Amino acid sequence: MDLSSINPILLLASLMVAATPVLFAALGELIVERAGVLNLGVEGMMITGAVAGFIVAVETGSPTMGFIGAAVAGALLSMLFALLTQVFLANQVASGLALTLFGLGLSALLGQGYVGVKPPSTPKLDLGMLTDLPVIGRILFVHDAMVYVGLLLAVAIWFFLARTRAGLILRAVGENHDAAHALGYKVVRIRFAAIAFGGACAGLGGAYLSLVRVPQWTEGMTAGIGWISLALVVFASWKPGRVVMGAYLFGGVNVLQLNLQAAGAAIPVEYLAMSPYLITIIVLVIMSADRSRAPASLGRPFHASH
Amino acid sequence: MKLMQHLATAALALGVATGAMAADKTKVGFIYVGPIGDGGWTHEHNTARLAVEEHFGDQVETTFVESVPEGADAERAITQMALGGADLIFTTSFGYMDPTINVAAKFPNVKFEHATGYKRADNVSTYSARFYEGRAVEGLLAGKMTKSNIIGYIGSFPIPEVIRGINSAYIQAKKVNPDVQFKIVWAYTWFDPAKEADAAKVLIEQGADVILQHTDSTAPQAAAQEKGNVFTFGQASDMIEYAPAPRISSIIDNWGPYYIERTQAIIDGTWTSTDTWAGIGAGMVGIGEITDAVPADVKEAALALKDSIASGAYHPFTGPLNKQDGSAWLAEGETADDGTLAGMNFYVEGIEGSIPQ
Amino acid sequence: MFKIEKRPTPSAKWNWGAPIVAVVLTMIFGGALFAVLNVNPFLAIEKIFYEPLFGEYSFYYRPQLLVKAGPLILIAIGLSLGFRAGIWNIGAEGQYIIGALCAAGLALAVYPMELPILFPLMVIAGAIGGALWGLIPAFLKTRFGTNEILVSLMLVYVAEQLLASMALGLMKNPEGMGFPGSRNLQQYPSANNAELIAGTGMHWGVVAALISVIFAYVVLSRHMFGFHLRMSGLAPRAAKFAGVNPTRMVLICMGISGALAGMAGMFEISGPAGQVSIDFNVGYGFTAIIVAFLGRLNPVGILLAGLLMALTYIGGEITQSQMGLPLAAIQVFQGMLLFFLLAMDLLTNYRIRPAAKEAV
Repeated sequence: MDLSSINPILLLASLMVAATPVLFAALGELIVERAGVLNLGVEGMMITGAVAGFIVAVETGSPTMGFIGAAVAGALLSMLFALLTQVFLANQVASGLALTLFGLGLSALLGQGYVGVKPPSTPKLDLGMLTDLPVIGRILFVHDAMVYVGLLLAVAIWFFLARTRAGLILRAVGENHDAAHALGYKVVRIRFAAIAFGGACAGLGGAYLSLVRVPQWTEGMTAGIGWISLALVVFASWKPGRVVMGAYLFGGVNVLQLNLQAAGAAIPVEYLAMSPYLITIIVLVIMSADRSRAPASLGRPFHASH
Repeated sequence: MKLMQHLATAALALGVATGAMAADKTKVGFIYVGPIGDGGWTHEHNTARLAVEEHFGDQVETTFVESVPEGADAERAITQMALGGADLIFTTSFGYMDPTINVAAKFPNVKFEHATGYKRADNVSTYSARFYEGRAVEGLLAGKMTKSNIIGYIGSFPIPEVIRGINSAYIQAKKVNPDVQFKIVWAYTWFDPAKEADAAKVLIEQGADVILQHTDSTAPQAAAQEKGNVFTFGQASDMIEYAPAPRISSIIDNWGPYYIERTQAIIDGTWTSTDTWAGIGAGMVGIGEITDAVPADVKEAALALKDSIASGAYHPFTGPLNKQDGSAWLAEGETADDGTLAGMNFYVEGIEGSIPQ
Repeated sequence: MFKIEKRPTPSAKWNWGAPIVAVVLTMIFGGALFAVLNVNPFLAIEKIFYEPLFGEYSFYYRPQLLVKAGPLILIAIGLSLGFRAGIWNIGAEGQYIIGALCAAGLALAVYPMELPILFPLMVIAGAIGGALWGLIPAFLKTRFGTNEILVSLMLVYVAEQLLASMALGLMKNPEGMGFPGSRNLQQYPSANNAELIAGTGMHWGVVAALISVIFAYVVLSRHMFGFHLRMSGLAPRAAKFAGVNPTRMVLICMGISGALAGMAGMFEISGPAGQVSIDFNVGYGFTAIIVAFLGRLNPVGILLAGLLMALTYIGGEITQSQMGLPLAAIQVFQGMLLFFLLAMDLLTNYRIRPAAKEAV
């Protein structure tokens, strides 16, 4: 075993890229859940975003347009879920799972002509001086713009929830929709907006996979990342800062286990392969002294019948 | 046994029916393990199916079912294809072995072709490709092209097929470059492009400047391109969109000629149960164009190796070869037998690390 | 404009009518989709809904419906108990795998001894394995307050890696020429979950699924435990006052759902699937969540929902192989069916009437 071949600077830099798709999707879902809605369709929205972003980027030649297209597609798909759960008052868990099934099929249909096509490449952000900083520069400032958009989004969401009136209203809707309704807030309308935001974020996460991280289109390419995002929202106790931490932890363990394999560590590969999941559980147990709980109205249908 | 009678009657009825309609169409069915849009294994089988359609035109009708899980679902999908009147059914994944044998026993008049397995019957053939022959060519190129003397290898699961490829590539790489070292990463999944991307990046970060992959996505190509001065090989499909570099050559699954040949045998009534394990010579394993990023003399050496393997003059597993633990495996001039190759579960001498068990 | 009004009690008429309306709507919209894809919509819909039940080869497909629906129903029944009590086990897939591994491990350990008692022991091993895997998140929840959604889901991935490791290592068939996968239990009479009557699709797993439906029905409608379950879900505080111990409730629910999922895995691996292979699990544990909710967490509803899901799978395969419809189109079709079924539930619980002017 030769652990010296693992370069910690490169490892940290890679984990920032590896964590980005999960980060986007989890941040979106965090807003949805804070509004009291449980959308288990993240995987379906991600893959739809992946294919839509890919198609738009290939057709226009612009990755930026691709990301915009992915966000729009994710949001549009999520409107199906919103319609079902907010207007038709359908069960949220089942609707979300149905959305995943629908999204996987839809994306495969849309992407039929795009297998084996190479998308336009997304440029690295030129940060000039910052990149030249020792160590830090080579970890933090060598990425494409979307890595930073993800981090900024986390900060923005934290600010929105903690410091703005709109954020307060959103949380109120999630904690007690009947009271929020009684106070005159449009519960359904606010939830529609939150769900659309969640869909857009999931779409961005999917497009990051198909345009930057892999980059290609293949059916089912999200391969379960949407589920991990859902788990991370729970892991983060519905707090944006912790979503970043969770995404980096999960992505980090994954990159580390591959590094250990390549370095020839004497740990059986199957244990390394399960390590990201086990470590996530263990960290959650350690952190569970903090009894932050789910939004009280999470998953409950709202009907203004009174 | 009621079902058996039913099925036999149905098969018989169909046999009569297809007999009566023999003048028009031969039906060929395909069972796929992944979606046809996977860009790899299943995509290539489907390309071959389309080649069959094109070759025979109106004479042949093809059908397929994609993403069929192994086990009970496979058995049903195959049965259903046989009930639907298929004359010949290709089951294109190792996990379909027992289901194929089970269904074949119920439909003696339908012919079956199972990919990569070892169980045969009167109406069940097996076929597979000697991908390791292509790996040998890749190994030579990798050994010559590496400057860091570290070659990265991304494997899916530690099954004989993958281990055979690693050994074959290593033997040739070592031959042309005695200092070469292999770093092997197991993704432990058949299909997860994001994980393949991570694996490729990790290998590059740890100094590998040539990456071989036994997974089907282009993620490693993209990672290599981003890094620069790292070379890769297309896998399953040509991946020509990454030529001339990082992709300097490729191993292409080419099932088309075999599928056409077997379909023709059905039409002619000459089909018999066979065991095919074909390589570069028969065209089942294709070597994609070696690009100009490779120096001319290296390209020449690679093509010479390819030709000698194709003609049968050279076997990629020719002694003297020792196993990883140093015990003797093949004596001078001795070549490996197919049985050992098929179930290969050891590394050859010089490869570091152990095979996960 | 329309106004939606909650019914005092669910409408008995729409209870049956809503699913029918949903299926008809799916046929219309799905048919339109098929037409866009250049496939005859009438023929495709006939192949999905009619062919497996009454077509030429229905003698083969009807039993297959049971084979496909059996594990879905068995798992969904277990899950529905927890869902009623607000306990979110979404890791049934993992419990299914572990149940199968425990049972197959037992059988492979004593191979090739023919023991009449082996099969019952395997059922027990499967149930215990699944229950223990389900009790991990339950224990962490009750002891540390760890969220069961995350833990049960993560344990699915851990179970998948264990499965791969077993198929490649410990349980690999020593006569399998080095290929991954265990011996085929279909060829080991003592361990084989064969059809009870050939050609009916009835194996012990289907029987267990039917028993679980009856059992759940009785418990939920006639037993105090059913009442406690519902109370824990709707009003946890009131449940506490009524003497329900929430810790015990979590352990019982996760244990039962894990045990049923483990048994489902056991019946599958000893029968239809036959062997431990890397890809043994095909998503029954996740689909069962949909089945549980489609069935409105009601045992009889789950039975019907499981059969309906199985029908769309089998019918979907027929349309693929006979009409060249891509799997993706089938998935979209299934998604539509679920959407309409869920949306039409509105008619059961709510009344829609034209809104009075002042109500706008």
